[in-house]
Amino acid sequence: MGAQLRVYRQKIKSAQTTKKITRAMELISASRIQKAQQRVAASGPYSRAVTRAVSAVATFSNVDHILTTEAENPTRAAVVLFTSDRGLAGAFSSQIIREMGELRTRLEGEGKVVVYYLVGRKAVANFAFRKRESEAQWIGGTDQPVFETAQQIGEALVAKFVQPTAEGGVDEIHILFNRFVSMVTQVPEVVRLLPLEVVEGVESADNTELLPLYEFEPEVDKVLDALLPVYIESRIFNAMLQSAASEHAARQKAMKSASDNADKLIKDFTRLANNARQSEITQQISEIVGGADALSSAK
Amino acid sequence: MAELKVSVVAADHEVWSGKAKQIIARTTEGEIGILPGHEPVLAILAQGEVRVTTIEGNVITAQADDGFLSVENNTVTVVARNAGLV
Repeated sequence: MGAQLRVYRQKIKSAQTTKKITRAMELISASRIQKAQQRVAASGPYSRAVTRAVSAVATFSNVDHILTTEAENPTRAAVVLFTSDRGLAGAFSSQIIREMGELRTRLEGEGKVVVYYLVGRKAVANFAFRKRESEAQWIGGTDQPVFETAQQIGEALVAKFVQPTAEGGVDEIHILFNRFVSMVTQVPEVVRLLPLEVVEGVESADNTELLPLYEFEPEVDKVLDALLPVYIESRIFNAMLQSAASEHAARQKAMKSASDNADKLIKDFTRLANNARQSEITQQISEIVGGADALSSAK
Repeated sequence: MAELKVSVVAADHEVWSGKAKQIIARTTEGEIGILPGHEPVLAILAQGEVRVTTIEGNVITAQADDGFLSVENNTVTVVARNAGLV
């Protein structure tokens, strides 16, 4: 076999093996999106109920609660970054990290010190590479988030928020995640969790309906005390689920185009290999013919 | 008679929803019974059971920890991190 031909055959082989992997990953992601989407939908009633209740308390009570009042001079802000544990998902994680850069520029422009909370190995790796500091990290399970993680993150955030700023607490909490819009679109989104801006797009159908005047039991501030951690957790859990669904969708898309590319490569290399084989044969024939000619003329 | 629209939701799924005649829950202040036409209430739940009497008269018991209860316009939502039917 000619050297040229052998090289092409090797390339075809390697493209084929890669394609097998990417195709398998594509199929796996495709099947997991369904499940991830269902989980987002299943957590909907909870987060809607919590958001509604928090809106009710926040709008109808003029209590001064630490969690609802804005600091006079916010100087420290926490940013929670939701990325994935693994790569091969297109621009999924890098998009979020880029978005974080913008948020940081904005916050620092307002004179705030930014404290980071990282979720997902990709964010942690990025911070390690850039030698940036972060307050806490959570890795593992970004593709199938569990509520316990959300609870841990929530607790850490609320504790930090309650702490006075001078002692290392924060005045604001922002979260950054990929919102799952559809199989083809995932949009990076920045949401300020605290101080409350409950007027979110979460409430959709009954937006126009007025919230009734609630009776609180025990007291308004006790209710707020109990509700806010729950609210934070539910928002974080929702962000994690959205992010997981987006991750699968992004991976499926990336792997699909990788498989398509492999197909194209295989096709191109097959053409080239055929060419090489043909020219090899042509050359051999002309060598034989030339040899026979030389022999017969030498007689 | 008016009826209550009830939903019991946990963090990751809806546990139960349907129509009911009466709900009894335990708040941090004590037991609270809710019948149709109850005023809007937002209450923190204590550990314990929530008993729902459905429109057919069956009693459904749900365990709800770490949650709250909201009542408005005959709609009752029991929200808890961990909830399940008993």
